[in-house]
Amino acid sequence: MADKKKSLGKEFTKGLLAENPVLRLVLGTCPTLAVSTSVVNAIGMGISALIVLVCSNVVISLLRKVIPSKVRIPAYIVIIASFVTIVQMIVKAFVPALDAALGVFLPLIVVNCIILGRAEAFAGKNSVIASAVDGLGMGVGFTIALCCMASVREILGAGTFLSGAQNLLVLFGENTLGGFNGFTLIPQDGVISPMMIFILAPGGFFTFGVLMACANKIAERKGKPKAELGGCKACPMAKNCAILAEGKECGEKKEDEQA
Amino acid sequence: MVNGKKLVVSASPHLRSTTTTTKIMLDVIIALMPALAASIVIFGPRVLAVTATTVITAVLSEYIARKVMKRNNTIGDLSAVVTGLLLAFNLPVSIPLWIAAVGSIIAIIVVKQFFGGIGQNFANPAITARIILLLSFAKKMGDWTAPLSWRTDAVSTATPLASLASGETEGLPSMLDMFLGVRAGSLGETCALALIVGGIYLVARKVISPAIPLSFIGTVAVIMLIAGKGNLEFVAYQLMGGGLLLGAIFMATDYSTSPISFAGKIVFGIGCGILASLIRLFASMPEGVSFAILIMNLLVPHIEALTKPKPFGTVKEEKTKEAAAK
Repeated sequence: MADKKKSLGKEFTKGLLAENPVLRLVLGTCPTLAVSTSVVNAIGMGISALIVLVCSNVVISLLRKVIPSKVRIPAYIVIIASFVTIVQMIVKAFVPALDAALGVFLPLIVVNCIILGRAEAFAGKNSVIASAVDGLGMGVGFTIALCCMASVREILGAGTFLSGAQNLLVLFGENTLGGFNGFTLIPQDGVISPMMIFILAPGGFFTFGVLMACANKIAERKGKPKAELGGCKACPMAKNCAILAEGKECGEKKEDEQA
Repeated sequence: MVNGKKLVVSASPHLRSTTTTTKIMLDVIIALMPALAASIVIFGPRVLAVTATTVITAVLSEYIARKVMKRNNTIGDLSAVVTGLLLAFNLPVSIPLWIAAVGSIIAIIVVKQFFGGIGQNFANPAITARIILLLSFAKKMGDWTAPLSWRTDAVSTATPLASLASGETEGLPSMLDMFLGVRAGSLGETCALALIVGGIYLVARKVISPAIPLSFIGTVAVIMLIAGKGNLEFVAYQLMGGGLLLGAIFMATDYSTSPISFAGKIVFGIGCGILASLIRLFASMPEGVSFAILIMNLLVPHIEALTKPKPFGTVKEEKTKEAAAK
């Protein structure tokens, strides 16, 4: 990476849209679908993942010359798991309602593809500061994508916005912002009622698909390749992919390893 | 070069039928009319308001979607009208009109146009829209009006299938009422007579093949006979109750979402029958026809692959291998 030094600003902004982890790299879809039922949960999940992402990127980048490449994945997992445990304990202690709402998805950040993906694709090869900025950008991108999805799903599916805000605001003391606990946009028993399917799994997949289509459209206007499942050349990460640089594709690489 | 005419040699097809999508859809609309008329008698003039809402919204959605996507306009083939009619037939008469309109928009834009329009949709638009509405507005989609109560005060009541599922057999309508459709239920599903007349018309006009409806209904009949321990009355209620006839005749036979070959149609029908019966007997919902059709819609590509007809004159692969081994 030494030959094409990017500015730190670019490392940060690429995570927002061009290489948005959820909408363009299609990573971490499981927690995305699961916790995007309400905006408050989405923000909580996004920030937790962001902290883990930045910390693990920094540590992995520091240790990148020490960790032998054959055991890098277990080593990365150990580092990530440590930070997830710390974050989980902090959340449990200071925002217990969020911990209850996120449930198993908070500890599951350990196996979140975004974090391992950034460790493998970026932090393992780049300097500490660049890795920290990359983690920050990716974390903010993840949070933005989650919030977009959660806004659509919460407003249409439950008729509320930022409902349960006190779960997060409890960090700043009891009854912050005058006990603000979200808006009710569509009352349950009014003339028009919310469409419950949006907070169920099918609505999640539908919103995800439509948002990905929008992100593709915006990226297409900027001349970036579409996010596609399968096909190495179409991958948004193609330009800094080590396998493609050797003129091979992911499948061929696996065959090499087996041989 | 006889009579100065040229011999024109063109690529196939050489035989052309005058059948068009518009004509087929018109036949389906005609076949649905008896059920609509029966529904107006049973549930009152609000039926017309609901049907008009779904049909108009469906056609408008189709027009706007095609316009926005810059594709040629297809509202002339009447398929949107059929989708609107079928969706209305799947709703309770008391449904708020805005929900009916939302259903039409989902059916046409999300299920049909997102996937490329007529002939490209992977699932039946009306069925999918009904399921989405059912999951979104469970309370309003389950608000059944008693038959013939529109002249006095509309009374809420349970459908025969719901009564059967909960074991209350006292308030069940008589067999004749079930056949004529004087029972609670979705707007167009109640009148067995009108639906069967429509089905016979479609079969006679060769718009649909009887393979899917017969295998679908037959499978449900056999399973219900076993489940009801030979009680024929139970079987009759199961066949005429719920959306079985409407689903089997008009929705499962949708061209783009059902198999092409005869064997495939039979497999599809039996699959629908088994799923619908299982949901009716063991799931928490009293009715499962729409879910059964949707699930089988998704399996159609696999059924097609398994039931691919053998082209004339070809030999099975195994046999050639055996011959080579010898």
